Amino acid sequence: MSLNARLSKDAAALALGADAVAAALADAAARAERPLTLTRTGSRGMVWLEPLLEIETPSGWLAYGPMTAADAAAVLKAAANGAAHPLALGPVEAIPFFKRQTRLTFARCGTVDPDSLDAYVTAGGLKGLERAIALGPDGILEEVTRSGLRGRGGAGFPAGIKWQGAAKAGAAQKYIVCNADEGDSGTYADRMLMEGDPFLLIEGMIVAGIATGATHGYIYIRSEYPHALAAMRRAVAAAQENGLLGPKVMGSDHAFDLEVRSGAGSYVCGEETALLESIEGTRGLVRAKPPLPVHSGLFGAPTVINNVLTLAAVPTILEKGAEFYANFGSGKSRGTMPIQLAGDVKFGGLFETAFGVTLGELVDGIGGGTRSGRPVRAVQVGGPLGAYFPRVLFDTPFDYEAFTAKGGLIGHGGIVVFNDSVDMAEQARFAMEFCAEESCGKCTPCRIGSKRGQELIDHIISKDNAASDIAILRELCDVMKSGSLCALGGFVPYPVLSALDHFPQDFDRR
Amino acid sequence: MPPAAELWNEARAREIAETFANTKGGLLPALLAIQSAFGHVPGEAVVLLAEVFNVSRAEVHGAVTFYRDFRERPAGRHVLKLCRAEACQAAGSVSVAEVAKRRLKLGWDETDSEGNWTLEPVFCLGLCACGPAGMLDGTPLARLDGARIEKLIDGAAE
Repeated sequence: MSLNARLSKDAAALALGADAVAAALADAAARAERPLTLTRTGSRGMVWLEPLLEIETPSGWLAYGPMTAADAAAVLKAAANGAAHPLALGPVEAIPFFKRQTRLTFARCGTVDPDSLDAYVTAGGLKGLERAIALGPDGILEEVTRSGLRGRGGAGFPAGIKWQGAAKAGAAQKYIVCNADEGDSGTYADRMLMEGDPFLLIEGMIVAGIATGATHGYIYIRSEYPHALAAMRRAVAAAQENGLLGPKVMGSDHAFDLEVRSGAGSYVCGEETALLESIEGTRGLVRAKPPLPVHSGLFGAPTVINNVLTLAAVPTILEKGAEFYANFGSGKSRGTMPIQLAGDVKFGGLFETAFGVTLGELVDGIGGGTRSGRPVRAVQVGGPLGAYFPRVLFDTPFDYEAFTAKGGLIGHGGIVVFNDSVDMAEQARFAMEFCAEESCGKCTPCRIGSKRGQELIDHIISKDNAASDIAILRELCDVMKSGSLCALGGFVPYPVLSALDHFPQDFDRR
Repeated sequence: MPPAAELWNEARAREIAETFANTKGGLLPALLAIQSAFGHVPGEAVVLLAEVFNVSRAEVHGAVTFYRDFRERPAGRHVLKLCRAEACQAAGSVSVAEVAKRRLKLGWDETDSEGNWTLEPVFCLGLCACGPAGMLDGTPLARLDGARIEKLIDGAAE
């Protein structure tokens, strides 16, 4: 009897040896003369269990992990005979980390062949687009606005309002731009989605195009994600061949086409106006706003720029309705957020859940504390421009407003766990160093301030006159916060000031 | 081993550049394609791209020097990228980088005189739940430690 199995080809699984496991499985199946159909999928998001193998058995799909090539033959034999194996995990849906999630955006990721449009449709894809075509632009705008969907890239701006702005703009050419320049350390949800369910993003972008009257879209993916770039390019080509993209989307009167563009190693190009400059082929210098991109964006045309997760949430909203989506969440943060647990964390991975779960529950409960076994000392939420939170703030609920109230930001939903060996003065210094490295150079507070900030923290670390240097550093942070053109210089004070406020002892080197 | 870069050939470079001449914002894709073919963006390419895209050399040079990915000189036969960002720091990347620097006798962004190795920092590969992460000749690496990085370096050098 032939066995059906699936194994991730997500970059994280590959880095953990998935290709060697795949080769060993093929070899073991051939030796045992047991035909094996192995589908390479995206990741289920439980990175500590990767490479994760799922095998179809009479009692459903059963998971095994973390796999090594040496385990392949024994696992295949056990699965075929219904026998026990030390790596057996049971059904993925029963693993506590997975069971506790609300998977809307990532419902399909890890279960389908990301290269196959047929597989996407068989697994329920394109239903949101079908309904969107039936509703028309006004109906789509109404649904997206009522769903309460906010930009998942970090700023949390209501997607429906942004789309309405572009829809109202009178112009012959408008654009939809997907920001897939996921540069924040500790975040990988965009990468996982593009590698595991790329057609979902394409579907969301087409819906955005129909709603706003834009006929062309760009997906700007950072070059550090070669696997996501390749997966997205394959998916766009397949969508073009099958008439999903082109002059008549799914046979309707709507035209929409897409191009995938690669970044070239610049963090600031994740800032929306720098990203537009980069697509235009120049240095990624931040633009002053106004004009807002919805009025004058890419090549001067009205442009909607949304993050991958924002656009990927749209098909669910259209398929199931605004109320369905808005029923998840807390306060003004509606729907689900794919939270990413990273750093020194025992159960690292992607955890999609409704807004409102506390930080402590995420780190200690779901994340299981540190992988190293040392105590958790701090977490950085929201990437390199996010604040460091000490344990005393672990009761903060994960939503946009609650984090802002505590001097932080949820950003793109990444949580980096640090153990008690972390030196917070070094972390503050790194934040400034990173800003100096990545600053586009256009505005003075960011360009000069980050360099001076780095020097000041060097002084503090070398014990020179710490008290007066700390006062100057705080003043500098204030200038950068209010005087910088974009979020790079404007938000780098978050990690620096939170380190100073919550971990002052680390700055006292006497 | 990564695919060997072609030697600089102006006709070939022009052919590549002209593929993007009618693409809106085609300069960046053209630069990426030139680097992919020749392994770096030599000075001759800057002159050629300025002509094909009808922009000043300063604009092309500006783009080449703004983006971290572009190299003005060829890289070593092996390129090791190690993540320096926070999630990997939390998992111990600083000491892994120290080991790699000692083994290769290189600092960040340096290539050895024989042209065997280039060591580059990278700010996040999206492998943040299995750090310290890196990439050796395009292959992603996870859960690096000192012993493993030494083994990878010695293995690739053979």
